[in-house]
Amino acid sequence: MSAVIDTHHHDHAHGPAKGLMRWVLTTNHKDIGSMYLWFSFAMFLLGGSMAMVIRAELFQPGLQLVQPEFFNQMTTTHGLIMVFGAVMPAFVGLANWMIPLMIGAPDMALPRMNNFSFWLLPMAFGLLVSTLFMEGGGPNFGWTFYAPLSTTYAPPSVTFFIFAIHLAGISSIMGAINIIATILNLRAPGMTLMKMPLFVWTWLITAFLLIAVMPVLAGVVTMMLMDIHFGTSFFNAAGGGDPVMFQHIFWFFGHPEVYIMILPAFGAVSQIIPAFSRKPLFGYTSMVYATAAIAFLSFIVWAHHMFTVGIPITGELFFMYATMLIAVPTGVKVFNWVSTMFRGALTFEAPMLFAVAFVILFTIGGFSGLMLAIAPADFQYHDTYFVVAHFHYVLVPGAIFGIFASAYYWLPKWTGHMYDETLAKTHFWMSFIGMNLAFFPMHFVGLAGMPRRIPDYNVMFANFNMISSVGAFMFGVTQLLFLFIVIKCIKGGTKAAANPWEGAEGLEWTVPSPAPYHTFTTPPEVK
Amino acid sequence: MSEQQSNKPVVTRLVLTVIGMFAFGFLMVPLYDVMCDALGINGKTSGTAYRQEVEHIDESRTLRVQFVATRAQGMAWDFNPDAEQLSLHPGETREMLFYAHNPTDRPMVAQAIPSVSPAKAAAYFHKTECFCFTQQVLQPGESVEMPVRFIVDPALPTDVKHLTLAYTLFDVSERMPDKLASASAQAH
Repeated sequence: MSAVIDTHHHDHAHGPAKGLMRWVLTTNHKDIGSMYLWFSFAMFLLGGSMAMVIRAELFQPGLQLVQPEFFNQMTTTHGLIMVFGAVMPAFVGLANWMIPLMIGAPDMALPRMNNFSFWLLPMAFGLLVSTLFMEGGGPNFGWTFYAPLSTTYAPPSVTFFIFAIHLAGISSIMGAINIIATILNLRAPGMTLMKMPLFVWTWLITAFLLIAVMPVLAGVVTMMLMDIHFGTSFFNAAGGGDPVMFQHIFWFFGHPEVYIMILPAFGAVSQIIPAFSRKPLFGYTSMVYATAAIAFLSFIVWAHHMFTVGIPITGELFFMYATMLIAVPTGVKVFNWVSTMFRGALTFEAPMLFAVAFVILFTIGGFSGLMLAIAPADFQYHDTYFVVAHFHYVLVPGAIFGIFASAYYWLPKWTGHMYDETLAKTHFWMSFIGMNLAFFPMHFVGLAGMPRRIPDYNVMFANFNMISSVGAFMFGVTQLLFLFIVIKCIKGGTKAAANPWEGAEGLEWTVPSPAPYHTFTTPPEVK
Repeated sequence: MSEQQSNKPVVTRLVLTVIGMFAFGFLMVPLYDVMCDALGINGKTSGTAYRQEVEHIDESRTLRVQFVATRAQGMAWDFNPDAEQLSLHPGETREMLFYAHNPTDRPMVAQAIPSVSPAKAAAYFHKTECFCFTQQVLQPGESVEMPVRFIVDPALPTDVKHLTLAYTLFDVSERMPDKLASASAQAH
């Protein structure tokens, strides 16, 4: 009898399986979260090396290293990999790891689908990267793949690009369904919606954005596929279609997409700033409503990406004012973060450094966004390096610093060790300086008229471009230091307590560090 | 198991939303055309002949209408208007001839796509007859003169004094195998 009972007991408390198949077959949210994070980091390095090629070519005017055809493939795949392969999976990885821990759930609601949605990603990006080695080269039409560049004039490999986007989209949709089901169904008793940590809130809203717009992206690439192979004319004027319509459908997806990449970072920063200010978050409720307001507004501003296509003046005015309106809820958030820090007992460990830099630098990106929102001025800025400066300021110190901050904040929970604080601070300062050196001069060359996506430029832009390239190399090399810090932290270091941060609050800090393979098998009580 | 059951309603609803949004992406295509038609934006003119009568001719205004003929990339035909521009009064019916010639040694089918600028004038530019309503089939070396007959509505906003009617001519031979086949049959 006792043997039977033992077996029974063993079935319910098993640890991770051994060997490679553990990772292939796992349904554990922590394993899947780790795989997402490692995958996105690999993609970050790959997309980053493409950025290094771009910056090396732009180090000096004239063509030195690569031909324009290859340069176009680099700008395109850099954008695609960073958006769909690095930033989005990194946040899904954080969600997988942290949401069950933060709401007191034993795992994600749909663990098998979770496994599938992760394993689609290596397929999708394997396919995308393989196009670079095909005849005619990889995608060269910009990450926004405007028709007819991406249909009539595309290289033959565009079909593989379309399927890669389909796979990545299906993966995101399944991830979003899983996150919504987890948050709605698996919260610990007493955890009402308005008691949820903000990271969970922002992810809930992000998941709804994903559900709403990823199918539209799937639709638009399907239309491309049909135009290319089945003789339809969605975007072909000769058959009664309209290339401008591509831009409308794309940006109907594309604008919510930029909030998909930033809202989870808002959530993470809203966890980290209170922890290192040793104060509760200022204005929790307004944070929730501001996030929802941003998500709603993101659906009615898409045409600000296309002010120059010739939309009527009333349309320009509508999209201009709607876009500027987004500054209001975003301003509420920045105000709340600053107010949380105000008269707090601040310390500046690596997560806090990244979070504070996030607030300052994301705001700069927001301001250049406001400049771009001014329809008459946008005719000057459109398709220049000013746009490149803007979206790198919201994505690098926005999304990516948010991910770094989260990684340092939760690394002790993941690994059970403290990371090396000195190296982490070095990583921060090198990233901070490198990133500003790389992207700040782009504002100036953009305003002076340097076009984006061009491998050569007027000699008058030479000095600023050289500074940009030096900054970019510095930022790029520094990320290898991050890899080293993470590996060092996994291998060993000071043992981390269950709650290594003095001011951190939340259910994730009530479980031991490293978090056991199974947590909250009996739900905690939330008061 | 109870957890699994509580997941089902929410997952069903989310999957239905996903399918709905995928369909919405495609719905944006007709929606786009309807919006462009209804608001007269995007320089799109009506694809069918204008049948109504315009009652009066507004002699007090004189408009300049300019004609532009462009060949899409890869289109071999010669294509140009009879005159670069003409002056008219709103309400007048006027005609312009466009000349097309197929210099190649094979029958070809072409489609002209019109566009009016400024875009807000498109809704007031009525074509009673246009070669753009159908495809053109030309035998090797054949030429044709194609008419467009049009009226500019007297309701055109008064700040518009100058309109441009632009045609882009596309080679649609591959998309129109039926027409091409009958054209080839004629040639032999």
